[in-house]
Amino acid sequence: METITSIKPLLAVLASLLVVPILVTSTRLPNVREAWTFVAAAAKFLIVLSMLPTVLKGTEIVYTVAEFLPGAAIKFRVDALGMLFALVSSSLWIVTSAYSIGYMRGLKEHSQTRYFCYFAICLSATIGVAFSANLLTLYLFYEMLSLATYPLVCHHQDPEARKSGRKYLLYVVGTSIAFVLPAMLISYNLAGTLEFAKQGFLAGTGSKNLMMLLLVLLVFGFAKVAIMPFHAWLPAAMVAPTPVSALLHAVAVVKVGAFSILRVITGVFGTDLLLNLHLGTLVCYIAAFTVIVASLIALTQDELKRRLAFSTIGQLSYIVLGIALLSPKGMIGGMTHIAMHAFGKITLFFCAGAIAVATGKKYVSQMVGIGKRMPVTMIAFFIGSLSVIGLPPTGGFFSKWYLVLGTLQADQMPMLIVLLGSSLLNAAYFLPIVYKAFFCTPEESMFENRIEEAPPWCVVPLVVTAVCSIVLFFYPTVFLNLATLAIGK
Amino acid sequence: MSQQYPALLVVVPLLAALVICGAGWVNKRLCFPIAVAGLGVAAYSCIGLLLRVLDEGVIVYKLGGWDPPMGIAYYVDHLNGLVLVVVSVVALLNLIASKKSVAQEFPDKIGPFYALYVLMVTGLLGIVVTGDAFNLYVLLEIASLTGYGLLAMGEDRAPLAALNYLYMGTIGACFYLLGVGYLYIITGSLNMVDIARILPSLYQSKAVLGAFMICMVGVWLKMAFFPLHAWLPNAYTYASSAASSLIAPLVTKVMIYVMIRLILTVFTPEFAFNILAVSEPIVWLAVIAIVMGAILALGERNLKKMLTYIIIAEVGYMVGGAWLGNRVGMTGAILHIVNDALMTLCLFLVVGNIVHKVKGYAFEDLKGLFRKMPFTMCAFVVGALSIIGVPPTCGFFSKWYLISGAIQAGHYAFMVALLFSSLVNVVLFFRIIEIAFFEPFTDHHAHGHDHQPEPIDEAPLTMLVPLWIVAAALVIVGIYTGDIVNNIIQFAIPEGII
Repeated sequence: METITSIKPLLAVLASLLVVPILVTSTRLPNVREAWTFVAAAAKFLIVLSMLPTVLKGTEIVYTVAEFLPGAAIKFRVDALGMLFALVSSSLWIVTSAYSIGYMRGLKEHSQTRYFCYFAICLSATIGVAFSANLLTLYLFYEMLSLATYPLVCHHQDPEARKSGRKYLLYVVGTSIAFVLPAMLISYNLAGTLEFAKQGFLAGTGSKNLMMLLLVLLVFGFAKVAIMPFHAWLPAAMVAPTPVSALLHAVAVVKVGAFSILRVITGVFGTDLLLNLHLGTLVCYIAAFTVIVASLIALTQDELKRRLAFSTIGQLSYIVLGIALLSPKGMIGGMTHIAMHAFGKITLFFCAGAIAVATGKKYVSQMVGIGKRMPVTMIAFFIGSLSVIGLPPTGGFFSKWYLVLGTLQADQMPMLIVLLGSSLLNAAYFLPIVYKAFFCTPEESMFENRIEEAPPWCVVPLVVTAVCSIVLFFYPTVFLNLATLAIGK
Repeated sequence: MSQQYPALLVVVPLLAALVICGAGWVNKRLCFPIAVAGLGVAAYSCIGLLLRVLDEGVIVYKLGGWDPPMGIAYYVDHLNGLVLVVVSVVALLNLIASKKSVAQEFPDKIGPFYALYVLMVTGLLGIVVTGDAFNLYVLLEIASLTGYGLLAMGEDRAPLAALNYLYMGTIGACFYLLGVGYLYIITGSLNMVDIARILPSLYQSKAVLGAFMICMVGVWLKMAFFPLHAWLPNAYTYASSAASSLIAPLVTKVMIYVMIRLILTVFTPEFAFNILAVSEPIVWLAVIAIVMGAILALGERNLKKMLTYIIIAEVGYMVGGAWLGNRVGMTGAILHIVNDALMTLCLFLVVGNIVHKVKGYAFEDLKGLFRKMPFTMCAFVVGALSIIGVPPTCGFFSKWYLISGAIQAGHYAFMVALLFSSLVNVVLFFRIIEIAFFEPFTDHHAHGHDHQPEPIDEAPLTMLVPLWIVAAALVIVGIYTGDIVNNIIQFAIPEGII
């Protein structure tokens, strides 16, 4: 594999970190402050984009910041998988920034400077995770992300936010210190390196039981992926302002968890090792359990954001399941699902936020007939649901398709049943919302028959992401190519 | 000039302390500049000395030209070169940072305070630089006696707490002296290198064993190694801000250094780890120290006292790391001396700033501080993250070495204790962050209304700038851990330890 050294990955990480002091100094000038957010978001996206052609050619970009032990350095490596994730999160940050302006100003939220600052820090950490070359760097940015999200989760500073913040930290930081840190150190002492390798750096170093212990520690330790029983923080974190739930708790933070597990399976253990030890199946069943149970719980939730949160828990486990199938098609499915689900789910969250801004309604039962009041939003919601369910003409279809093919390739019939059953459940908890929104008798309708959408700063972003979901159905090649490159087959 | 660094770093502050005593009678405003000048020269000498050691290797400086073992020799290698820099820089930064709080807390005792302060630093630097076991005791007493004085200048309960410390500290020092006496009787020498040369033929002697254990107990008493810790929390809590932020980061760390020096140079690792079979129980004691320190800290509703219990847990980290008996663990212990000194300084300076503005350090006094003192609280968060062990702060990297050492030694209980303490630290610090972040808003904050933020009321710049230097150092030292270990600590540990 050809590699070139370039400072670009570091710049991509720093782009949003360095803008923080500027944001702080322009507290009194909200328009200037938001302009700077856009500058940083655009800069970040362009830096990431400028590396795309190199990566698509199969070249990797590396940059070492400091090496403190041989094999354990603060080091960046841009490969296809990292690029896929970085593209998704940096492009969606631009959209979310626009949406944040509409949402935060629409609701006249307090402490907006703090909000935008921590958002920028979170994005730095996300890109840092995407471009990590080893487990140590990944852990560093993972922790940075956990801590930078805390003030966002607790934004409202009321007792409920405090409780949720506490839960969030307990689950996310607690597991990473209690599980990931020892697993990382044991791995380092076994292998003498933490550098992600094509077939895993742990290959051929320890007994099966030790490998199983490490795998379980790492899979549950990255609790951002919300595998049960470490999922409870995600519904709790929904007290945050909706743009936070949208970008962080549907894309950046949770996908960082999924991405970390991808790295663990491909870079730490390697597919061959896991196939030989039959450990993939273990992870498959853990993920499958979460997929089904989370979907069932989602059915019972009346608060829209909580329903979306449980849906996210289920969808994240799709990614894990796909990778743990260890078959090439399944892995492509899992990796592309990071992108496809991101665009679909962020649309849904944007819609939930737009409804809250325009009408103040948060519960599904209060949304009968809302399609007549906010048709654009609800059509976008419909497209987002299709993508999450995995129906054409949306991008979500592709990832589901590959996941299903993956189960056949791996000869895992129970997993096929889980995937199809869960798709039905997805349809069962999303489509009734859309149906009730549009098709109800005038007596049932809870809204006046007059179109009144949320402010344009809210509506435009959700239309953009909904359109993206459809575009991805017709042009999924970038993500498919990156995923194919990432598995190296 | 550079040949005289080892002497300068003790003599200059010693004389400065004398001059400050006199100057205090003439004009109180003279004391601070003299103290800064004295400690500045000391810090400059220490840094120069470390650079020379990196260049030339071990430096032996014969005081007054007398040859050891008759004369006193100062013996500087990579280990104490590093600790000297830490001690002198921490003392200097704290001196500058606490100028305003000294002027506020005891305006009429400025002269004596600075004299004791500089004299104490002299004692600590002397303990670290000396290569003579008895000379170490003398300097230990200088540092301790001045320390009792400094700690007693505080709140109403400070004199009693300092008296308690005086009893325990004196017993500790006596134990150490007794141990040195044994050694002198057996070997006829007080020079550390000389003792190490004579001892191997006497390893089986019960007197050597006695000397070793007595010295260790003495040192443990002085460093507050659980269960010999009871004097520490009150003594550090009720002292003035300036004194506690000098003593808390340095005294325990210097005593850890003495312990490591005794293991590595005086008694040799061969004797300590192989001939005596005491490593295992001592690491278990460290495990208990870490766990108890964490649990006791959980029980406190008072920031400063909570920090003192964290120090007790951190002492357990270092004792355990040193006694794991492998290279990685020892590296972790030495690295943690540096890191913990900086972390503790950072947090105690934060307490100093808070006391300066809010006049209290109980949890209730911390309400709304993120609004009121954002810059201080940012530094607090950095310090807290370092204690928790979040990369890239330095606390993570020493914890890395310590846990790695535990894994290599197969001592999983020590690993679990370290992880447990990290988790408890998360709880401890986020409890405080919650109070400082949420509390004032719970009663009058209504969602959706823009309210007037409370006015910012920050500590003065002379307090903030040193604090921020320390906070930045936590991250910079963390990132350059590799260089510190490869260039300094690696040479501080004898090659016999694998």
